[in-house]
Amino acid sequence: MRLKIIATLVLVLVMSVGAQAAQTIKIGFPIPLTGEIPKVGEGTRYAAELMKEEINGQGGLEVGGNKYPLEFIYEDNESKPEMAVTVTLKLIERDQVIALVGPQSSRQAVPAGGVADEHKTPLISPWSTNPDTTKGRPWVFRAAFLDPFQAPVVANFATKTFNAQKAAVLFEISNDYSKGLADDFKAVWEKQHGAGSVVAFESHGPKDQDFSAQITKSIAAKPDFIFLPENYSFAAPIIRQARDLGYKGPFMGSDAWGSAELMNLCGDGCKGQYFSTHYAAAGAKGATKAFIDKYQAKYGYEPDDVAALTWDSLGIILQAIKNAGHVDADVVNMRKLVRDNMAGIKSFDGITGKMSFNADNDPIKCAVIVKISDEGKFTFAESVCP
Amino acid sequence: MEVFAQNIVNALQWGSFYALIALGYTLVYGVLLLINFAHGDIFMVGAYIAFFVSTGLLGMKGLGLSHIQVLALTIPLTMLLTSCVGVTLERIAYRPLRRKGAHRLYVVITALMCGLILENGNLALLGASRRTLPEMLDKVVYSIGGIAVTNVKIGVIFTALLVFVVLQYIVTRTRIGMAMRAVSWNKFALPLMGIPLDRVIVFTFMMGSGIAGLGGMLFAMSYPMLDPYMGAMVGWKAFIAAVVGGIGDIRGAFVGGFLLAFVEIMVAAFLPSTFRDLFAFSILLLIMWRRPTGIFGIAQTTKI
Repeated sequence: MRLKIIATLVLVLVMSVGAQAAQTIKIGFPIPLTGEIPKVGEGTRYAAELMKEEINGQGGLEVGGNKYPLEFIYEDNESKPEMAVTVTLKLIERDQVIALVGPQSSRQAVPAGGVADEHKTPLISPWSTNPDTTKGRPWVFRAAFLDPFQAPVVANFATKTFNAQKAAVLFEISNDYSKGLADDFKAVWEKQHGAGSVVAFESHGPKDQDFSAQITKSIAAKPDFIFLPENYSFAAPIIRQARDLGYKGPFMGSDAWGSAELMNLCGDGCKGQYFSTHYAAAGAKGATKAFIDKYQAKYGYEPDDVAALTWDSLGIILQAIKNAGHVDADVVNMRKLVRDNMAGIKSFDGITGKMSFNADNDPIKCAVIVKISDEGKFTFAESVCP
Repeated sequence: MEVFAQNIVNALQWGSFYALIALGYTLVYGVLLLINFAHGDIFMVGAYIAFFVSTGLLGMKGLGLSHIQVLALTIPLTMLLTSCVGVTLERIAYRPLRRKGAHRLYVVITALMCGLILENGNLALLGASRRTLPEMLDKVVYSIGGIAVTNVKIGVIFTALLVFVVLQYIVTRTRIGMAMRAVSWNKFALPLMGIPLDRVIVFTFMMGSGIAGLGGMLFAMSYPMLDPYMGAMVGWKAFIAAVVGGIGDIRGAFVGGFLLAFVEIMVAAFLPSTFRDLFAFSILLLIMWRRPTGIFGIAQTTKI
């Protein structure tokens, strides 16, 4: 009797698992839900949930006449590179996902991208801007522009707006994103303004809380502005400490500033500063506005660039699945199908703008310069297209 | 020259935090010969308590408190509540082990675990989002001969000095201080002299945690960003500072804290900042070579 029950249970379990695998589209998210940049993970999950609700509300994604509900699995990479590798592997091997969205920050996306490429699973990082994430990796994609493009955008804008000749740079040494962008910026700036025009080029570690020595050194070099290619969690304390040390000049930031949490941490110090990013919520139109309104209604705050890019990344994956025309029950075949069709998308009209993809799976798209208003809102200042 | 002077001020502020945390390590070690590795996390808990107390007080409009009054109330409340956390930890984690006569090594491991429990408990309870302490003191930046200091910085440096003086007085000049020194001398003979061992230990934990709470609050005022791991790194470094100064000695913790901060800041200021920790800790290693027991330390037969 007991044996019979167990046997039935096992049978039911096997059948349900088998049935599920055939019916759903499983996508994994190795994202930073805790650690240094938890708000980034939150934005990713919220945007993904919004997309899932919308599609599953219609019975699922329609592929070749059949409807397949979406199944999303979120794993926490703790904002650490080594954890990003671990959870990416877990999603690939245990959960058998057909595609991955994330990690977001290049610090995690560069190593995780390597794992996905080795295991032949398509991965799209919505937010990573470091070239190494996709370089020489046919299975890895992204939805954001690249740092070699972002650096001249920042440099040109600062030259024009602040009439700047001398720049100081402060960056995080162990972060691929921060370090890469700082190096790119330095090269561009010194090409434009001559050698030695980057008057201070300072770094700090991933766990540092006091930056007074680096800031003192930067201020002493009398820069026209300080460039902080940093995560928002560092940009905020650095700006506060610089003001305490008597610095009155402007700051300029990069896309990692654009979190909904920046203003909570930074207070008045960030007001009036500029940063380059992927989209500006204020003054958006069309599909972008529709997304912002839906997000705001559900979660009570304006979506940041990570949320918008996640939405676009999912859009690209779902488009690729639709283009494939059928869902293969075999995970390995399905992964290949998704990748080939993702690579086949030559241009995509997303809510963060129109993008076309080059041979390295990198999008070519416009960047936006955002000004932080006195109310703490991210307002549109300028759009720069390649 | 200005840059150098500015960096001295920077180092004095940063060193104050190391010193405040190191004092807690050294107090507990001095009495129990226990390295309380949860201490950095008690510091973090102190910052969070300050956050909740101050937002709570500011939220109670009925009381009509001004910002300065809130600050004046938050300091003692934070210290009190944080010392309760420290005493609770002693009660539920360390005392049972001591009663069973466990080797000190196991108590140290327990302390490490307690620290992780505090960090992750906080993460589970309050989420990963960071918080900022409300501004209770209107920050003013003074510029004296090209050197920028804020009123908060001056407050921090003076508090650290004051805490050191008071602590030195308690330990060397009062009866309870004498009892504390006696515990570290001989734990077994002490009850025979009619000195309540547990009470002395509880008092030690209260003082250490209270100072950590004060430090956490001042830290949150200077670097207004609270997260569950904020105490881990600064805690380890403060422990190193306590060892370099000679663990178990209050002067050692104080001097060690400032020494570490000076080395860190000056290396970052005058050498490439990329190498800060490499150089800073190499210098400390050299000091340890010369004096393995630390600057003020006395050689003992057993240490962990």
